[in-house]
Amino acid sequence: MPAEVAVLGVGMHPWGKWGRNFVEYGVHAARAALADAGLAWTDVQFVAGGDTMRNGYPGYVAGASIAQAMGWNGAQVASTYGACATGAQAIDVARARILAGLSEVALVVGADTTPKGFFAPAGGDRKTDPDWLRFHLLGATNPIYFGLYARRRMEIFGATLEDFAQVKVKNSRHGLANPNARYKKLYTLEEVMASQVVSDPLRLLDICATSDGGAAVVLTSLDFARKHTVKPVRVAAISTVTPVYPNTVIEMPNFATDSAVGVAVPDVPFRDSIARRAYEQAGIGPEDVSFAEVYDLSTALELDWYENIGLAKPGDAERILRDGVTTLGGKQPVNPSGGLGCFGEAIPAQAISQLCELTWQLRGQAGERQVANAKVGVAVNQGLFGHGSAILATV
Amino acid sequence: MSKARVPAAAGWFTLDDSAPALLGTRCKACGTYFFPREEFSCRNPRCGASDFEETPLSTRGKLWSFTDNRYPPPKPYVAPDPFVPYAVAAVELEREKMVVLGQVVAGVGCDQLAAGMEMELVLDTLYEDDANEYVIWKWRPCDAR
Ligand SMILES: [Zn+2]
Repeated sequence: MPAEVAVLGVGMHPWGKWGRNFVEYGVHAARAALADAGLAWTDVQFVAGGDTMRNGYPGYVAGASIAQAMGWNGAQVASTYGACATGAQAIDVARARILAGLSEVALVVGADTTPKGFFAPAGGDRKTDPDWLRFHLLGATNPIYFGLYARRRMEIFGATLEDFAQVKVKNSRHGLANPNARYKKLYTLEEVMASQVVSDPLRLLDICATSDGGAAVVLTSLDFARKHTVKPVRVAAISTVTPVYPNTVIEMPNFATDSAVGVAVPDVPFRDSIARRAYEQAGIGPEDVSFAEVYDLSTALELDWYENIGLAKPGDAERILRDGVTTLGGKQPVNPSGGLGCFGEAIPAQAISQLCELTWQLRGQAGERQVANAKVGVAVNQGLFGHGSAILATV
Repeated sequence: MSKARVPAAAGWFTLDDSAPALLGTRCKACGTYFFPREEFSCRNPRCGASDFEETPLSTRGKLWSFTDNRYPPPKPYVAPDPFVPYAVAAVELEREKMVVLGQVVAGVGCDQLAAGMEMELVLDTLYEDDANEYVIWKWRPCDAR
């Protein structure tokens, strides 16, 4: 028996800079997902919330905050945080409960309200916190790390500014007709390349913004789903792997990589291991993937992902981009939703929104951004402190 | 009256301008290096020992990648006003088999850097207040002297 659960309903609150309480976006998304599933809030037995760190205590117990706003229904609850992988962890907790037979109907919800500008560390004088220290001693913002990865692609593989800009142009076209996207504007190569340099070689339009937004999914057992729908979208695998020591790529918020002096470097680097573990769980390979949603914190990172999830060999990402493989209409479209470039990052909602997009695509409900003949979708992300996730969905 | 020179991070590097070096630790059991210093529990998952010796890290390495800050980073970075953009380098240390970040000295921008370039460690000012000059390590191309 494959360890699968059904996605019976999905819903989102549009991304933007709305400036309201994150709970409102969460409730909006949850009600949309329940309506999509044809279920009532009182049918939900388990609530998994993705936490936000920027909204005080209610954000640390997001599952309960949103359940309270929906009206207490006695459901069991869990709230999780895993940086960019927060939503995937929440989905995984719900999935595990369903597979264990502890719950039949679970609601997973994440929402965020974000401040303006660079993400900054938590306040106070915290000289033992590497996240605080990287800002204090280096001024190492998130774009500094993205810039290091982007420049490395240029130096090692000969990537160009035009390649990076092409990712933005592609994704801006994909997101044009997405009702939940924040930025619905078609950019040209020239506009992207002429935008202000933030962290060389990355321009403002190469780097994703921070957004408000909310996303929710209703997960159920396959048996339950089959009583409600003919052919449910299934979550075939979730990976939330940590790195294997030594991780030899510099990661936020670190000052240095692990040293490889005492232990041999693992055969599979961390970022390759994220999707690989999901492929192994599901018995699916990258060649089976119809489309992917990847975490394009920067345009250059999207190119890294092509290789990390097995769509291209190392150094071949620019070629498959130029050949149109990853554009809608190509063999394996990437970020048909428009990606973070069109959404901006709403951390605890982002991985959940990726599963929403997988579901719409696999049901054939994605409208103008529909991937033809979508059968298998993969979503991946990576964030601070060795967090990463991959979700494989099939129909 | 001259200001006192104090390290911006105590114990992370020597304050000796004639021999600047990052101070890491090394696990006495398995030989793994750590920077910033690890003194509690070895992070090699098959070791876990708790005996470490302080060790200066290599002061030269190869440039792995680089970028810059064109806008002032948020607090707790102490940014000068007006802000002067600066580069950040990731430098690969051969003996320690690790990559260490650092600011690049003023006056060296991304257009003067290339992966593989030999870099060396220097001490420089991070910021000043009325009483102190806060010192930090920076990377500088070896041929830029
Ligand atoms: Zn050890």
